[in-house]
Amino acid sequence: MFIIDKIKTIYRSRLLISNLVSRELKARYRGSVLGFLWTFLNPLLLMLVYTLAFGIILKPRYPIPELKTALDYSLFLFTGLLPWIWFSSSIIEAGNVLSIHGALIKKVLFPVEVLPIMTVTANFINFLLGLPILILFFIILGHPLTWYVFFAIPVMIVQFFFTLGLGFFVAALTVHFKDVQNLIANFLTLWFFGTPIIYPFNFEPILKSKLIKTALLLNPLTHIIEGYQYSFFFGSLPHWKKLTVTFIVSFLFFLLGYYFFDRVKDTFAEEV
Amino acid sequence: MSEIAISLKNIVKAYRKYASKHRFNTLKSAFIEGTIFKDFKPEEVFLAVNNVSLDIKKGKTVGIIGENGSGKSTLLKIIAGIVRPNRGSVITRGRISALIELGAGFHPEISGRENIFINGIILGLTKKEIKEKYNEIVRFAELEDFIDQPVKTYSSGMFMRLGFSVAINVNPDILLVDEVLAVGDASFVPKCIDKINEFKRAGKTIVFVSHDLETVARITDEAIWMKKGQIVMRGYPRQVVDAYLQDISEKEESKHKESKKEEKAPVDNKRWGDRSVEIISVKLKDQTGKEKFIFSPDDGMIIEMEVKAKEEKDNFGFGIGILNGEGHNVYGTNTFLENLMGERLTKGYHKVVFKISKLNLINGFYFVDVAVHSKEGTPYDYHHLLHKFRVDSVHKDVGVYRMKHLWEFDNGIRFKKY
Repeated sequence: MFIIDKIKTIYRSRLLISNLVSRELKARYRGSVLGFLWTFLNPLLLMLVYTLAFGIILKPRYPIPELKTALDYSLFLFTGLLPWIWFSSSIIEAGNVLSIHGALIKKVLFPVEVLPIMTVTANFINFLLGLPILILFFIILGHPLTWYVFFAIPVMIVQFFFTLGLGFFVAALTVHFKDVQNLIANFLTLWFFGTPIIYPFNFEPILKSKLIKTALLLNPLTHIIEGYQYSFFFGSLPHWKKLTVTFIVSFLFFLLGYYFFDRVKDTFAEEV
Repeated sequence: MSEIAISLKNIVKAYRKYASKHRFNTLKSAFIEGTIFKDFKPEEVFLAVNNVSLDIKKGKTVGIIGENGSGKSTLLKIIAGIVRPNRGSVITRGRISALIELGAGFHPEISGRENIFINGIILGLTKKEIKEKYNEIVRFAELEDFIDQPVKTYSSGMFMRLGFSVAINVNPDILLVDEVLAVGDASFVPKCIDKINEFKRAGKTIVFVSHDLETVARITDEAIWMKKGQIVMRGYPRQVVDAYLQDISEKEESKHKESKKEEKAPVDNKRWGDRSVEIISVKLKDQTGKEKFIFSPDDGMIIEMEVKAKEEKDNFGFGIGILNGEGHNVYGTNTFLENLMGERLTKGYHKVVFKISKLNLINGFYFVDVAVHSKEGTPYDYHHLLHKFRVDSVHKDVGVYRMKHLWEFDNGIRFKKY
């Protein structure tokens, strides 16, 4: 069985994965003055830029009832931005990871699937490290946090599978088609604006246009990001039906991605 | 000890030819032409390994030799499991460590210490095993003072030492070595060879790919010669090495002949004299009379000259000189020096033969100068640096001349063969 086989492979490689992930995190900011602080600073600065651009300069034409002030908006934005950074960095790095570690593939007996897993995991940990900052901001700005935050955990699991599934596809395809990397970089920009991160799902223009609404509903990340917004920002139960469907889709996507990766991985040693 | 450690059956490995015009490299064409899935299958292929079957017994040290592109390294990677063959089966018993590229997977930004751990894990060690071997690894690599520095600050020698040290300490049952010793510094290579010998004594299986034929002949139990993806010969190392050298020689000889045909009339600074007696041709043959370009130091040499006298002469002599590649005279003589006085050379064609019973030369290129001249030294025809041959020796001695020699030691001095 493919699934059982692969679970065994991953289990056997757990030590390798954990060490590669910690090396990745250690090496990431090594040599920079602020070092590990960048893990916190990067999303913070990004949030400030978006708050300035979309919360203050381009004030929404349609008032959003939950987001009355710019500070509210920046909290809302930060909630969606952190998981988005996890997702997008993982996908971009998945496109590079095989060629960066080409020596391992070509010269060492090495389970290649470990590399995309490492990328997604390393970015996941970065994401987790960003959560205390998010919570700190909630406290500083006096925005209430509820026990519903714990519902973010299943959301993370859904996101992990979805990201890894796509990561497998991107990693495998980039080896053969360098174009995928450019394609993905641009597509991610579109995807970012096509996901309710800088606006809530119930933003008036979205609800008005059937086409946009359907497109957003078909986007798995909509439900994932919304899951975070519900559990953190709105302090309510995430939409569990949509989330369950998203989980099933994500898991199938993960299996498909892994299967595809596995099918073409023998060609990596020649093509990397 | 007849257990089989490595068993290969009908291995075929094909590589796509990179020069092929059919090779796609953009997603666009793959989609537009709808060849996306077809393109994953190579169209024009190059068989790097062509139907190779091979059993290697446990505890044997096997050397694989062959020219570049003969499939040696691919075969090694197939044994290591890094490259999967298109066809055939690979069975290996025991932990494998492949020294294919030293330090593959080192991360430049983190310290040597951290890299030892991560590299050890990549090579299949547990954290505990690495901890136990850590000191040994650092000591063997001679990096005690630098181990906490980032690897990017290491010299290439330090990098290589660390890579070798980690890989060798994996304590494998099967050790695969691909030419990595070629890059080491003079003091580290013997250390590596010692370590490999230690493995040998411990009854481990070693497969060794190398261009260093002398090392192969010295440390292996068996040699395999690969040519164009196939095993040509397998057996006693010295014999295989010699057969391989002979094959290269023949190839070079035929190349030499071809290039000789294209050579134009000799240029003036290489040939002079009034040509009243002309040396028409010079042939270099071995003692069996076979014309050759590459000689072994143990070979004899017959220098055969064809001369044409345009008139009868009573004042003449023949000379021979052998120069090495740097132009230094190795040996020279002529008929006058050997107290032979020319008496009569009739008009017409003649043959002059100079026989050397044993060359006793070291590795390298040599030139043969030939001359016919008067006793006063006026040349009739002098060929300078026009005739070339090569000595291909498995010996590594140095100098200009291989003296016949013998070592003798008293009972207090002992050596072991290595």
